[in-house]
Amino acid sequence: MELPLKTAAAENKASSEAGAESRSSGDIRGRHGLKDMMEQLMKAVFLICGLVAVGFVLVISAYLVISGIPAIREVGLIPFLFGADWDPANKSGNPAYGILPMILTSIYGTAGAIVIGVPIGFLMAVFLSKVARPGPAAVIREVVDLLAGIPSVVYGLVGMMLLVPGIRVLFGLPAGDSLLAAVIVLAIMILPSIISVSETALKAVPKEYEEASLALGATELETYFRVSAPAAKSGIAAAVVLGVGRAIGEAMAILMVAGNVANLPGLLKSVKFLTTAIAGEMSYAGGLHRQALFSIGLVLFLFIMLINALLNLFLKKSGKEDG
Amino acid sequence: MDREQMSICCGLSRRRRAYDLSMRSLLYASAAVICALLVFLIGYILFRGIPHLSWQFLSSEESVIKGIEGILPALINTLYVVIATLIIVLPLGVGSAIYLTEYASNRKLVSAIEFATETLAGMPSIIFALVGVIVFCEFAGLGTSLLAGAFSLVMMTLPTIIRTTQESLKTVPQSYREGSLALGGGKWHMVRTVVLPSSVDGIVTGCILAVGRIVGESAVLMFTAGMGMRLAKYGHSFGQFFENLFDSSGATLTVALYNYAKERADFESAFAVAVVLLAIAFVINIAAKLAGSKLKKH
Repeated sequence: MELPLKTAAAENKASSEAGAESRSSGDIRGRHGLKDMMEQLMKAVFLICGLVAVGFVLVISAYLVISGIPAIREVGLIPFLFGADWDPANKSGNPAYGILPMILTSIYGTAGAIVIGVPIGFLMAVFLSKVARPGPAAVIREVVDLLAGIPSVVYGLVGMMLLVPGIRVLFGLPAGDSLLAAVIVLAIMILPSIISVSETALKAVPKEYEEASLALGATELETYFRVSAPAAKSGIAAAVVLGVGRAIGEAMAILMVAGNVANLPGLLKSVKFLTTAIAGEMSYAGGLHRQALFSIGLVLFLFIMLINALLNLFLKKSGKEDG
Repeated sequence: MDREQMSICCGLSRRRRAYDLSMRSLLYASAAVICALLVFLIGYILFRGIPHLSWQFLSSEESVIKGIEGILPALINTLYVVIATLIIVLPLGVGSAIYLTEYASNRKLVSAIEFATETLAGMPSIIFALVGVIVFCEFAGLGTSLLAGAFSLVMMTLPTIIRTTQESLKTVPQSYREGSLALGGGKWHMVRTVVLPSSVDGIVTGCILAVGRIVGESAVLMFTAGMGMRLAKYGHSFGQFFENLFDSSGATLTVALYNYAKERADFESAFAVAVVLLAIAFVINIAAKLAGSKLKKH
C-alpha cells in the first residue's frame, strides 16, 4: 500500500519539473494568456480535489472531538472510561455512563478474532504462496476474494441462524447471543485481509533465501516456516494489525450476534462492543445518552488512529525489506 | 512428491520428519477448513434463500393488505445511492489522483494528502455513520435522505478511487507525457488527451470496487439514509432523480436484510436478500478481475 505512493511522489517531481519548463517557455512568448489561465484554473481544481481527502479527515476529527467532549466533561473522564456500569435509560433517574465494559469487550473480541483468525490465515497464506499448485491456488484466491466481498450483514445473518442457536444448545444457555459468537464471526471476517496481506509479504521474500536454505539441507517446510516466514515478518505483522483494525471497527455483523447487553466481557455472556453500542442505540438515544455515544465514537476513533499508526510503521518496515 | 524429495525425507531424523509431516498436514488442514467453510457458507445462504426468491419478490413493493413481500424499494434505493455516490466521488477521486501524480510538487502537501487517504481507508464505517449524521443530516440540513447517505459514502469510497486511479496513472509511460508537452500542449491538455484516456481501466476498476463497498455497506446507510421499506414517489425523469435524492429516505438492500432479520424475524426474506447480495458481490468480483487484468496488460 505504501510503496506505490512513494514512487508516485518521485514521478511527481520529475513531471512537475517538466511542467515548470514548459510553462516558462509559454510565458516568454506571452501570447497564450487564455491558455495559461486555463492551466492555472485546472491546476487549482485538481489541487482542491486533492485537498478534499484532507478536508474529510479534518472534518471527521473536528466533529468527533466537538461532539464527543461534552458528554465526557459532564460524566468525567475517569468515570466515563473506567465506570463499569452503562445504564443510560435508568428508570429511577440515575443513569450511568461507564464504557469500561465496551472497551474491554472490544479488546477481548478483537484479541479472540486474532487468536483464531491469524494462525489459520497465515497457514493459508503459506499454502497459497508456496505449497499449492498455481491452478488450485488461483481458484482458492478467487473464493477468498468473494469472502471479502460478502456484506457484513450477511455474516451477521448466518451467525444469527447457525452460531447463536448452536452455542445455546452446546453450552445449555438460555440464549446463545454471546462474545463467543461475535469472536467467531469476526475471525471469519478478517480472514481475507490476513490471507492476502501475508501472502503478498511471503511472495516478496527473495528466492535466494529459500534456495540457500534448501541447499543447506533444510526441507521445504522447514524453509517456509523458519526462513520465509521470519523474512516476511513485518508484512505479516502488518496483516495482523490490519486484522485488528477490521475487527475493532466492525459493527453490523456483531450487532446481530453479540446480544447487546453491556456486561463485562465473558465468553458466553451477552456483550456490547464500542461499535455495537453506537450502532444499536443511535436510533433512539437522546440528550446526554446521544452525546455519550459520540464520545464512544471518539474513543473508537483514537483506537483506530493508534492502529493506523502501527500499520504504517509495519508497512514502511516491510517496504524497506522488500526494497 | 517426487522421488528425489522422498529420498531426502527418508534421510532425515525422526524429529524433523515429524515436523515436516505435521506442518504439511497443518497447511492442508487450514486450507481445507477455509474452503469447506466458504462452500458451506455460500451453500447455506443459497439453500435458505433461493426457495423464497421469486420475480414478485424482486419486482414489487411489500403490501400488508395484499400479503405481498417485495424488495423493489430496497433495490431502487441501492441503485440511487450507488449512482449518486459515484457521481460525487468520481470527479473528486480522479482529480485528486491527477493532482498527486501529475501536478503536486510540494512534498509536505503530498504526504498530507496520502496520510489523509490512508486514514480514510482505515476508518470503520460506524465512524462515517456518526459523522454523516452530524455533518450531512443535521448540519447541512439534508435530513435522513438518500443524498445524505451518498455524501457519507463519498468519504468512505474516496480512498478506493484515488488509489486505483493513481495505480493506472503510473502505468502511463512517461514518454507519452513528454511527447505531449514537447508538442507544445499545456499540462491540462496533456492530462486531458494523453493521461486520462490511457488510465480509463484503472478508473473503471475503482468504480467497480467502490460499488462493491457501497452495496455492502449497512451501518452508514442505516443512520443517514433511513430504514423505511416503502417505495417513495420515484419518477423516471432526470429532474426527479435529484428531487428523490433530497426527499426520499429508505433502506438499501443491506439495511433491508437487517430489518428483516433483526426487527421482524422474517428470516426467509432476509436470506432471499442475502442471495441477491451474494450474486451482486460475485458479479462485482468478476468485473473487478476483468478490469484489473486489462489494467495489467497496459
